Amino acid sequence: MEESLQQRERLLPGNLARTAGTGCEAPPPLLVSGLLATSGRANANLDTDGSMNFGLTDEQQILSNVARRFIEERAPMPKVRDVMESPEAFDENLWSEMAGLGWCGLTVDEKYGGAGLGFVDLAVLLEETGRGLLPGPLASTSLAAAAISEFGSDEQKQRYLPSLADGSAIGTLALLEASDTLGPEGVAITGAKDGAGHRLTGTKSFVHDAGIATLFVVACRFDGKIALAVVPSSADGVTSKTYRTIDQTKRLGDLKLDNVLVPEGDVLASAGKGDDALLRLIDLAAVATAAEMVGAMDRALEITTGYAKERIQFGAPIGKYQGVKHPLAEMFVDIETSRSLVYYAAWCVAENPEALPVATARAKAYASEAFTRIGIDGVQLHGAIGFTAEYDIQLYLKRSKWALPAFGDSAFHYERLARLGGY
Amino acid sequence: MDFKLTAEEEAFRDEVRGFIKEHLSPDAKKNPNFLAGWLKAVREKRWVGFNWPPEYGGGGGGIMEQVILKEEMSKAGAPPLGLCMMGLQWVGPAIIEYGTEEQKRKFLPDILDSKYQWCTGYSEPQFGSDLASLQCKAVRDGDEYVVNGQKIWTSLAAWSSWIILLTRTDFTTADKHEGITCLLVEMNSPGLTVRPIKNMAGSSHFAEVFFDNVRVPVENRLGDEGKGWAVTISALAHERSGISEVAGLVDQLQELVELAQKTTRNGRPVSEHPQIRLRLAKADAVIEGMRLNGQRFLTKQLKGEPLTSETSINKLHRAFLAIELGDLPLEIRGSAGQYRDGSDEPGMERNRLPSGALDWPNVVIGGGTPNIQRNIIAERILGLPKD
Repeated sequence: MEESLQQRERLLPGNLARTAGTGCEAPPPLLVSGLLATSGRANANLDTDGSMNFGLTDEQQILSNVARRFIEERAPMPKVRDVMESPEAFDENLWSEMAGLGWCGLTVDEKYGGAGLGFVDLAVLLEETGRGLLPGPLASTSLAAAAISEFGSDEQKQRYLPSLADGSAIGTLALLEASDTLGPEGVAITGAKDGAGHRLTGTKSFVHDAGIATLFVVACRFDGKIALAVVPSSADGVTSKTYRTIDQTKRLGDLKLDNVLVPEGDVLASAGKGDDALLRLIDLAAVATAAEMVGAMDRALEITTGYAKERIQFGAPIGKYQGVKHPLAEMFVDIETSRSLVYYAAWCVAENPEALPVATARAKAYASEAFTRIGIDGVQLHGAIGFTAEYDIQLYLKRSKWALPAFGDSAFHYERLARLGGY
Repeated sequence: MDFKLTAEEEAFRDEVRGFIKEHLSPDAKKNPNFLAGWLKAVREKRWVGFNWPPEYGGGGGGIMEQVILKEEMSKAGAPPLGLCMMGLQWVGPAIIEYGTEEQKRKFLPDILDSKYQWCTGYSEPQFGSDLASLQCKAVRDGDEYVVNGQKIWTSLAAWSSWIILLTRTDFTTADKHEGITCLLVEMNSPGLTVRPIKNMAGSSHFAEVFFDNVRVPVENRLGDEGKGWAVTISALAHERSGISEVAGLVDQLQELVELAQKTTRNGRPVSEHPQIRLRLAKADAVIEGMRLNGQRFLTKQLKGEPLTSETSINKLHRAFLAIELGDLPLEIRGSAGQYRDGSDEPGMERNRLPSGALDWPNVVIGGGTPNIQRNIIAERILGLPKD
């Protein structure tokens, strides 16, 4: 309980004030005692009536507020633009501050140095980082940590999770290959047996943050069966390279494996369990991506609505005209519905795992389609200023293009939904 | 965030399921007096007007149990809990909120007992979407109002005994929302005429209603004179979250999936056609989105916050689904979808699915067109200027 409270306090405004030097107020005493009273469960319901509750807990609301304030103060858009021009779109100081807030190990068990929270809490956080287009490998690291937490042995967790949780290691998933086929059928790289391990040779493609990751969770095959292996960037034969993407704040690239030895102790899931593990990991990754998308969509609507209230044409704010206000209303409908679908999927991660594949397919399919429209309409409704490099809305259009194919586009997830629905 | 039911809620759900099992068995349905028996049984359970005050015959139940009740009934394909649809959906709730003691005692039990129909006199020929500009005139004359004017698109007018009517009692107000007065009027009042309108699907469920010096006792005014707009807004807000419609939509989608699986074209099941699969899957995601949006609205209600314009979100989804799920059966059938009632050839039997391709306007236009819902969202939620 003590440890847990310390971890929790890291998420509170008081700690943000220490870490980031902001003027946040200390939490009101009642709120703190409310937090003290909660169980250790990540999405424990703070509303005491115990009835159906599709809302954020007080704790989650604090996390969200802290994140928004941190990003507004430490990574406002001029800072984002600075960071996105750096070779790997990465700022070490910013990353340490995020780690200091407990974000890198948000869902990592307290035993291994994390905050011990759940996937709904992660979605709350990623919604805010998406909203601010905050550069950095937070989603990638969280997903690598989730893979190790879910499929690793105690020994593996002890070995890898503390450094991911404190931000000293950066993790990422390496699932795809050049075939760009998401799922077991897209995994061709096969380990060659070598003593107490396997040797891997080949290229994993479209790996997020490949240039700065120090730890890769690699989908591969051992004896024909899918396996997930942890490959440190320091291992002999590992090289990686990133490229700029359509979204200036994101980097994507290749992980090249040249006869890399994977000891048996670095295999997370294999022997017939690899297929399920890989599919679940894709779900987690798709939900995390979709959570970032919800935040980005929400901000794109806010920017565009703000502009529609200020920009005067034909003697009135353009937001008065139905040709402008109706697309904005449609954006709102799409965002709220995406948010409902995404948070339900995030809730399913721990509370209803059997329903996760269907919930994920709906969430990522719908949100991807919605964001595609919102990205384009956001720019279009601005008129000419919307496609100047100086104006921020175009960065959200670019994010929508990046996010669409990430862990399955809408066509992929709708088709998956059809298959899961038995048609 | 917690989607699980409490022990009490689960017990209530089981009670509802048990009741359904008993009263909706195939044997029970064969009884010629099945519907009358059903209505009596649900009334005895006090499930009609589930959250209405018990002193007027309601159930006095909670919001969550009401949702459970509606969901279970909808899943089971149960008949309605009462036949007085508009009475149960908004006339009754408006009377509960704004009515006098006498009005509550006079009208609420009859609505619960399905004694007669109510209809809703809102739209006029010149004022549909711009409802607040309505001109149907009511002039106070002693203990009565004298009403002159016309309403249109009045659903069920020809079957109704009473109408909840919006009139204008003051033509001088600066704000058009002021000066509107809500009256409860008997349909057999002298001077009131109903002229049914045939719709494109061939049915005449709506009508024009004419008022020629119709006299209405002052005691039948609902709310204060000139304050009828508030009654309307409150009545429309009782249309709530849309959750109860979801089970029906899920069934409708499942029927479409089965239709696509058993219909072949070019030697293959239509369910293998990528575009059809995509559209079915997208409808599935929107239905689930509606359900979850509804649960978020419900959470607000359970926390005691009033529901406001966010219900327009689900109304827009409902409109999309009404059109999409109405069109899909035709498109899945291909050429056979052109027949109104099928043909005599094998495999071309009469259409089992309703002709939704022509029925959707009831759902899409009624209660405010999609563009009006977009205005509501843009102006009341996003804060954009009124046009």
